[in-house]
Parts: sequence; structure tokens; C-alpha cells
Amino acid sequence: MQFELDEEQAEWRSILRRFVEKEVAPFAREYEEAHRYPTEIIEKMKDLGLFGVTVPDQYGGMDTGAVGLAIMFEEISRGWMSVAGALGSHTLACFMIAKHGTEEQKQRLLPDLATGKRRTALALTEAGAGSDLQGIKTRAVRDGDGYRINGSKMWITNARYADPLPVLVRTGTQNRGSRELSILLVDGDAEGLEVSRDLGKLGYRGIETCEVVLNDVWVPEANLLGGEEGKGLKQVLSSLEIGRVNVAARSLGIAQSALDKALTYAKQREAFEQPIAEFQAVQLKLAKMATDIQAARLLTWWAASAIDRGARSDVESGMAKYLASETAVSAALESMRIHGASGYSTEFEVERLYRDAPLMVIGEGTNDILSMVIARGLLKNAG
Amino acid sequence: MKIVVLIKEVPDTYGERKLNIETGLADRGASEAVLDEIGERSVEVALSHADAHPGTEVVVLSMAPEGSAATIRKGLAMGAGSAVHVVDPGLVGADTGLTAEVLAAALRRVGFDLVIGGNVSTDGSGGVLPAMIAELLDVPSATSLNAVEITEDRVSGERASDAATMRVSATLPAVISVTERLPEGRFPNFKGIMAAKKKPFETVTLADLGIDPEAPEASRSIVIGVSEKPPREAGVKIVDEGDAGEQLAEFLAQNRLV
Ligand SMILES: Cc1cc2nc3c(=O)[nH]c(=O)nc-3n(C[C@H](O)[C@H](O)[C@H](O)COP(=O)(O)OP(=O)(O)OC[C@H]3O[C@@H](n4cnc5c(N)ncnc54)[C@H](O)[C@@H]3O)c2cc1C
Repeated sequence: MQFELDEEQAEWRSILRRFVEKEVAPFAREYEEAHRYPTEIIEKMKDLGLFGVTVPDQYGGMDTGAVGLAIMFEEISRGWMSVAGALGSHTLACFMIAKHGTEEQKQRLLPDLATGKRRTALALTEAGAGSDLQGIKTRAVRDGDGYRINGSKMWITNARYADPLPVLVRTGTQNRGSRELSILLVDGDAEGLEVSRDLGKLGYRGIETCEVVLNDVWVPEANLLGGEEGKGLKQVLSSLEIGRVNVAARSLGIAQSALDKALTYAKQREAFEQPIAEFQAVQLKLAKMATDIQAARLLTWWAASAIDRGARSDVESGMAKYLASETAVSAALESMRIHGASGYSTEFEVERLYRDAPLMVIGEGTNDILSMVIARGLLKNAG
Repeated sequence: MKIVVLIKEVPDTYGERKLNIETGLADRGASEAVLDEIGERSVEVALSHADAHPGTEVVVLSMAPEGSAATIRKGLAMGAGSAVHVVDPGLVGADTGLTAEVLAAALRRVGFDLVIGGNVSTDGSGGVLPAMIAELLDVPSATSLNAVEITEDRVSGERASDAATMRVSATLPAVISVTERLPEGRFPNFKGIMAAKKKPFETVTLADLGIDPEAPEASRSIVIGVSEKPPREAGVKIVDEGDAGEQLAEFLAQNRLV
């Protein structure tokens, strides 16, 4: 049994930690308050090669493995979760293209996606369908040697920078069934593709999440992911394990930041002539937060290392995302309590953690849906 | 061209830094060990030249305790091609004289066109090594450069002193030291970390270099005593009751500050 990072992973973590302390954390509060896009931070993340963490070496990426990916998302989110969002759907889509794309698609897209010269995203959700992806309405019909797409997508993060934007569409004629859906890679400048508005959000600010309208958008056959119709849902679902590790790790970053800030504040703030850290009520909160976070972190690394071994990780990554995101929500609130009024103040960062945390519970499979995945796995194996 | 960069492991500037009162040595357990930032800038000078001039060889050289290999490897992760680590029990507590002697011998062994070091380390703050090394190697030195240009056979730059700035240049081979005015070192990426594992990493001892740390004829500085810094005492408060000026003047005179 091994619970430690290896030397390279530890080095990777220490580099990211320093990067975040210097280039991310100091700007988070100001940028988020102003809803300002973190352009400079994103450029620096490109220099660091972070856009290529799920792209194989042969296409110019640096394939850090799922554990390396978890380390990256935790460290970045510890500084500011929104910035991790710029990498989130991008790394997921890269993973999907690397795994399911045709050789021509991989050679055409991955080298530029690995460096961040081009960026991508993932458009699955619609106003009428989120958890139930089989219920999507966006449709693509054959037209010449390509497809014509009509429909709209909702809650699409990074939509304004995506080129290509992978879109889940209905290519089949049946109402339901997993073989009815496909992924089409829509060029950012495709005619008829419009990012119609940025959606207002409780947290996760600075990074855009949008409504996207596809009005008679034509894409060539060459942009059908994997070159075969009806594989879309399978392609998406097979990337979800990596997606859950990503969200679990982002949750850890939020929770760890909440704990770090609570520890610092508890030692500084005095009440009744002593630091509040001396009160047992505060200590109990700190102990619970730290224990939950470490449990969630070990679960995340465990789920990630299963992926790196090539083993199944649906239940494992589901458990990690579930526990870590619930921990993020509770830790943010506990940290706020420890901070008292300061925690509620926009002068401090705890209120941002409190606003960012709930997305972790909803995104990448709601925790209800993941609980069902976990339970299904348990029941299947029960005697 | 072969550029050798001198790098050093130091206690994290942002952490607590302590001396071990018994041995007089830096207490390495007191804070995390990191690659000195000025060393990272030196590596950056070499690497940005190498980026623009294919065929440039960049070597990182460090005289450091055994546990420092991971820190030296960071230079490789940033992009240097190979590393040389001088490590020997006889070097514990080495003074600047011995350090310069060792590094000069290592440089002779490795070979170089240009040696780049930081102007002053964040821990020892001696600021003399590059000049001493150049002297021992009998090559020109240009220290405390705020800007550096490297050509085929020359290095030149802008040297800042307290009173003036001057343009200096030297023919290669030469030793230079750089200041914090030069750009920060690049962050290594994961690919660099993995690649660093496979790059040549040579460990050499004093015997390899033919140096006797106890040589009786060498003059060495010896630490004869180390003591804890006395705690800061409360300062004198001067309350202005019309005579603050006088009190202030008196205080300065008494303490020989004027
Ligand atoms: C800020 C933000 C960014 C996002 N970014 C993206 C993006 O980049 N790309 C993208 O495609 N999507 C994105 N999403 C969408 C996100 O993935 C969905 O919100 C999520 O999948 C849930 O879908 P829904 O909102 O339609 O909720 P619904 O599916 O309508 O669920 C509503 C509630 O019903 C519950 N529920 C639904 N079905 C079941 C069931 N079978 N059993 C039990 N409970 C059930 C859910 O758990 C939830 O509590 C983003 C969302 C947000 C808020």
C-alpha cells in the first residue's frame, strides 16, 4: 500500500503550488469581483504546458496521468477555482479526442490544443436536458458530405474561446437510445454558431459560461468524432471518470483553501483575551475539516491511480467526486463560521469559496446521479 | 558554446531561517529547501540564450550536501542539459575560499566558455564567489550585471554599482554574475520534470577534484563562536512636549548616529 506521491508528482505539486502562490492567488479576489477574464493567468498556464495534460506525448502534450491531473486541479483551485475552469472542459475534450478521434483528427487538432494555441470546451447540456443527456434536442442531419446542425446548448463553459467546440447532437431518428447521439467538432468560426449570452452565476466568475445557438451550422464529415455515427454518448461517458477526478480535485482545492484560511485566522483573531484557536468549538471544526479533506484527497488519488493503471474507475471516481464536493461545501461554510463577520465580508476570500463550492456538487454529474452510479456498482457486485 | 550555471540550494526565503547554534551551520530542517531564486535567474539567462542559439550546451553545477540532488535536478527540469554535483563530507561548513577553489576545479574539469552565477545568494549573502572563481581560473569576470548579451566570443552587459552604471564586456571564456534585475526563471513543466530524470547527472568528490579541504598551507576562515541574536528591545519613545527636536538630537548624538 502506497499513500505518497512519487518524486516527480511531488515536484509537479511544488512547482504548481509556487506558480499559484505567485501568479493566481494574488489576483483572484480583484479579478472575480470585477468579473474580469483572467487572460494573463491563462497565458502563463499555456507557458507551463497545462493545456496539454491529457494530450499524449506524441501529439505534443505531456500526459501527466490522472494523478498528475488531480494534483494540478487541486493546486490551481486552491488559488482560484475559476481558473481551473479554463482547463476543465478543455482537458476533458482533449482526452476524448485523444481516445476516440480518428488519426487525422488527432494530428490536426491535438498539437495546437496541447499548447493552448487553440482551446476547446464541451457542449452537452441543454436548457431541457442535463443529467438526462439522452433527452437532448439539438439535431444534426446529413447534408452533402457533412452535417447540418440546429439547436441550442446551455451552461457551456469556455464557449467563447472554443475552437473547435465539440457538440453532442442527435444524429439518429429514435427518441431515445444510446446509439442516437454523436459528437461533432464545430469550428469556432463556423457560420451559424453563435455564443448568444453569458449566464449570470453565483460564483465561478471571471470565466464565461454561455448559451450557444447553432443555427443551420454545417460541418464536414471529417469533424464527426471518431468518424462513426451513434458513438457520442459512449465517447462522452468514457471521459467522465477523468472529469470526476477533475471536479473532485477542484473541490479539494476549495476545501483546502478554506481550511488554510481558517487556521490562519483562528490563530490571529482574539476573543475573550485569547486567540479563538484556543476554543474547543473552533478546534473541533478545524479537526473535522482537515480529516474530511484528507479522506477525500486519498479517495481522489485512489480513483485517479485506478485510471492510470487502466482499471475501471466509475464507482471509485464517483465516490471521490461525491465526497470531495460535499467536503468543499461544508468546509467553506465552516471556515466562514470561524471567520465570523469577516467570513461574510467581500474583503476576505472565504465568501468566494462559499459561492464556488456548490457548483462542485452539481457539475460533472450531480451527486444524486453519482450516488446512483455508486449504488448500481455495489448492487451489481452484491451476492 | 558551453555555459555552466552555478546554482545553490537555500532555505526558502519565505520560510523561517535559522542557524544551528551548536554547529554554526544553517539549520536545514527549519524550512523547506529550494533552488535559490538568483540561481533560477542565472539558469534563465543561459536557457534563453540556448533557445535562440541551438547547439548551446547548458550545465548546472552545484557544491551542496548530499540531500540537494532533487533541487539541482530542478535546473535540469527547467531545461539545462546536464548537472554536476560536488558532494563530500569534507565540505561541511566550507568557507568562501574553499568553495571557490572547489567550484573552480569542477569548472576546469567540466570545461566552459561562460560561467553564470548569481551576484549574491539569499542565504550566505557573501557575494564574492564569481570574482574569486574567475581569479582562480585566470579568466575575466564581470559581476552584478543588470543586463547581459552573449555573442560567439564575448559577453557584455550593464554593471550597476551604488554610484553609477557602466557598460562592461569581456572575451570568453569568462565568469559573470547577474542581479535580480534579470528575468525570473521559467517554471518547469511536467515534461521537463520527467525529462530531467534521464539527463546526465554527475556526482564528484573532493578526491575526484584533487582538493584537500584540510590542506595546512591554505588559509581558511573558521567560525569561533555563534550566538543567538539578542531579542529586540523596546525602542525609545519621544513624546513631543515642545522639546522633541532637542530630545531627538540628543538621542542621535548619544548613540553616535550623527
Ligand atoms: C457553472 C456551470 C458550468 C457548466 N458548464 C458546463 C459545460 O461546460 N458543458 C456542459 O455540457 N454542461 C455544463 N454545465 C451543466 C451541468 O453539467 C449540468 O447542470 C448538470 O449536469 C446537471 O444538469 P441540470 O442542470 O440539467 O439538472 P437536472 O438534470 O435537471 O437535475 C435537477 C435535479 O434533479 C436531480 N435528478 C435528475 N435526474 C435524476 C435521477 N435520475 N435520479 C435522481 N435525481 C435526479 C439532479 O440530481 C438535480 O438535483 C454547467 C453548469 C453550471 C452550473
